[in-house]
Amino acid sequence: MSEILIKNASVCDPAQGINCETMDICIRDGKIVDSVSGNAKVIDAEGKLTMAGGFDGHTHSAGKINVGRFMNPNDARKNLVPGLSGQVARTEKTRAQVGYNTPNTYAIGYRYAKLGYTTICEAAIPLLSARHTHEEFKEIPILDKMGLSLFGSNWQVMEYIRDKEPEKLAAYIAWGLKASRGYGVKIVNPGGGEAWGWGKNVSGLYDPVPNFDVTPAEILMGLVEANERLQLPHSVHVHCNNLGKPGNYATTIETMKLFEKVKPSRDRQSLHVTHVQFNAYAGTSWRDFETGAPMVSDYINGADHLTFDLGQVIFGPAVTMTADGPVEYANSRMLHEKWSNQDVELEDASGVVPLFYSPKSFVNAVQWAIGLELALLVKDPWKVMFTTDSPNGGSFVNYPEAFTYLMSAKRRAEVISGFSKMALDRMVLPGIDRELDFYELAVMTRSIQSKIYSRPEKGNLKVGSDADIAIYDILPGQIDPTTEYEKVKKAFSGTAYTLKDGVVVVKDGEIEATPKGRIYWVNAKVPANIDSAMQKDIDLKFKKYYTVSKSNYMVEDMYLENPVEIGTEGVF
Amino acid sequence: MPVIKDAVCSLCGSLCDDITVTVEDNKITKIENACILGHSKFVGMFEHDRIETPMIRKDGELVPVSYEEAIEAAAKILVNSRRTLSYGWCSTSCEAISGAIKLAEETGSVIDSTANVCHGPSALAAQEKGSPSASLGVIKNRADVIVFWGCNPVHAHPRHMSRYSSFSKGFFTEKGRKARTMVVIDVRKTDTAKLADKYVEIEQGSDLLLITALRSIVNGHEDVIPETVAGVPKAELLELAETLKNAKFVCIFFGMGVTQSRSKYKNGDAVSSLISDLNQHTKAVMIGMRGHYNVTGFGQVATWETGFPMAIDFAKGYPYYNPGETGANDLLVREEPDAAIIAAADAGAHFPQKAVRHLARIPVIQIDPYANPTTELADVVIPSAIVGIEAEGTAYRMDAISLRMKKLIDSKFKTDEEIVKDLTTKVRELKRGA
Repeated sequence: MSEILIKNASVCDPAQGINCETMDICIRDGKIVDSVSGNAKVIDAEGKLTMAGGFDGHTHSAGKINVGRFMNPNDARKNLVPGLSGQVARTEKTRAQVGYNTPNTYAIGYRYAKLGYTTICEAAIPLLSARHTHEEFKEIPILDKMGLSLFGSNWQVMEYIRDKEPEKLAAYIAWGLKASRGYGVKIVNPGGGEAWGWGKNVSGLYDPVPNFDVTPAEILMGLVEANERLQLPHSVHVHCNNLGKPGNYATTIETMKLFEKVKPSRDRQSLHVTHVQFNAYAGTSWRDFETGAPMVSDYINGADHLTFDLGQVIFGPAVTMTADGPVEYANSRMLHEKWSNQDVELEDASGVVPLFYSPKSFVNAVQWAIGLELALLVKDPWKVMFTTDSPNGGSFVNYPEAFTYLMSAKRRAEVISGFSKMALDRMVLPGIDRELDFYELAVMTRSIQSKIYSRPEKGNLKVGSDADIAIYDILPGQIDPTTEYEKVKKAFSGTAYTLKDGVVVVKDGEIEATPKGRIYWVNAKVPANIDSAMQKDIDLKFKKYYTVSKSNYMVEDMYLENPVEIGTEGVF
Repeated sequence: MPVIKDAVCSLCGSLCDDITVTVEDNKITKIENACILGHSKFVGMFEHDRIETPMIRKDGELVPVSYEEAIEAAAKILVNSRRTLSYGWCSTSCEAISGAIKLAEETGSVIDSTANVCHGPSALAAQEKGSPSASLGVIKNRADVIVFWGCNPVHAHPRHMSRYSSFSKGFFTEKGRKARTMVVIDVRKTDTAKLADKYVEIEQGSDLLLITALRSIVNGHEDVIPETVAGVPKAELLELAETLKNAKFVCIFFGMGVTQSRSKYKNGDAVSSLISDLNQHTKAVMIGMRGHYNVTGFGQVATWETGFPMAIDFAKGYPYYNPGETGANDLLVREEPDAAIIAAADAGAHFPQKAVRHLARIPVIQIDPYANPTTELADVVIPSAIVGIEAEGTAYRMDAISLRMKKLIDSKFKTDEEIVKDLTTKVRELKRGA
């Protein structure tokens, strides 16, 4: 039995409505408990902001990121955020580290932990290459991990939707999650991945997918029906059509509206829209490009069925990586950048392109503003998940920098002062004076994730929850984040302590221990007769079209370290 | 009589996963679906001489010792070395590769794979221009124009054309070979070229000229093309460019004829650019024809664990990458390493003379199931189980799809994974003692 007493912590835990109150936290055997014995090890947290461990609900940290590493060896040497990037020699406790946007697996684990983050969700797992994702998960120390499996351009999915077979579709989703050991349903540019198989794209929700006689809207509605039928812990997680195109805010709102009538099967949103910054563009071309954030946030303020994340841009180098194959090709042609692509048979597409966000580019400046506008114009922080869509908008190691933008209008003004007049004309950010407090920041970085992913033991400090805790060397009452943003950034860049399951993994910004995290995956129950009918269909797919055998397709148990199987009951 | 289905063949980068193996009395007695190369690998292990026992060279002769003695001798070499080269690791599992990287990190070694003398330039090309690719099933289901450039799958990847490319039938390619155009570009009429609809014979070392000319035509600048390029008449080039542009889906498979001929990585760089240009007209991708069954896996594991796919120098404690300086042959030709560990590859047979000469001068540890020219140079020889037959583990197909290789029969030999682990433990022990 191991016990820890965190004394006199200044606790900010929105899940319990606790806003920076001084209190003790008791830990026994990795869980938060009511009380501990006198033998408990004491951590003095007096004067320190204490929150649940951070939870990054949308990050590209395993799988496709390897293509980014492979084609950008120059990234390994980049040290733009000292202490959280660049080359670091091995120590007795830690493996060697490299990288900034695409760090090696060990660096990902250590650096998230230093920021006080303890759980991450990989944003895209292609079913066929899921084994690869899990191999990388295995080498990411400390963090608990989960991943979202791609279904938005999958042949079997589109055929079941076209043929109006919702039960078999749900059975297939359940099987696909099991095969890939995924946690939820990711839909990227629905139908666009298939169109990209022929070098084309879909242009909106009602543009039919070539050869499959379904529309993106039908794919979305089919998948959400299956998602709710299976009572999955997470809602569908949607990367909208037309990403990165001026005028796409309309598609985004239209997509959100589609889900208004969906009844969620659990106490959570029925739709999560991801990296909305990239999908909140107004204008008709790059010439008259401007922010669409006011329109999108207006809609979200009046809606209660959805959550979203930012995809905030960080100035400097980034690496874009997405299952949205046509977008990456377009990026590479427009920016004259190198381009990697990986179409996945019967399932989806993907691409990787490095780029550079410059404050001198009016488009980049407006993109930067849009992310913040969305966070600040949407009134209820319980709808907003903070992300940079790492490393698409920028590396996760810049989160502390981004927090200062959210918390300080003065800091924003400093950045904005370097923008061109054209950029200023295309954004509304300069007129926004809202500044987030620590409580709201905690909502966006850990509390809402607990709700969005139905993980009640994460993202809060309730008795019974996992003792994943971040203790920052900063005291809310004694610091003004609106002016003292350098102190805020410093405190969030390296915790005084990070605890993972009650183990001190970071102390004074340095790695103390590197335990292995868990892998969460969802096993949704489906009636045997529906399952076997579905299996017959996919057996045919494997026999005729796949190039791997069905038995070799499933990710084997041995690839999952500390697996946590989340069972759900499908309703048929 | 156990029949094992869907076994993965651990011979070439095609990594066929539909092999049926019959095992009787711990012997493989029947193999179905494998090609001649795969078949030889499965049965060959009973016919060829294995390294039967660990050995240490004493007075010029390799003498049998126990695994413990061999591991200890190997660990001593590593601990006493100031500059170790760790090379190979491509005909083994990702798990063994991961262990080898960890060992290299702890001993401050340079670790490199067989890509150093194979598809290494393809990695450099990807670092210049990216790698627009697809899984092999995409080719099977969609491609109507398939180009084999500087590769000869008939002999090197015998089932490639039937499973994934020319002859395969898929969703949009029901007619298989009949509805496909197969192009072969090479310097000689190979057996693959004999099967092609169109064979383009080019002058040796002129690939870059040809690719550049094709790009010019595809981009609408045919007026700048001289009457012949790379020994190919302009008219033939125009026709080839039209074939590519008018395709529904193009895949260029490229081999060592592209990566190891004159211009090296610039060839792959140009192919990547050609693919990007072709996508203005059609859909096009490229796939490297990787040789060793898990050389792709080395690149993958090394990339996620160190940030780099090959030629990784841990001398400074963190990974440093500079191919040309930190590649296996770069080091050996400079006579830099004072010890080497060579596993699951054969430097003795495939490296240039000067490099081999240096290997002969320094202590060499070999880990391999079979004796080969490297054995003649080795001072410590550690036999291992054959992955995919006697040991399980992960491997990556040439299109970066990973598969779980099965253990089919028991073996008295330790696996590469175990050997690396034991070696690492011993090295730590000796270091602590020191």
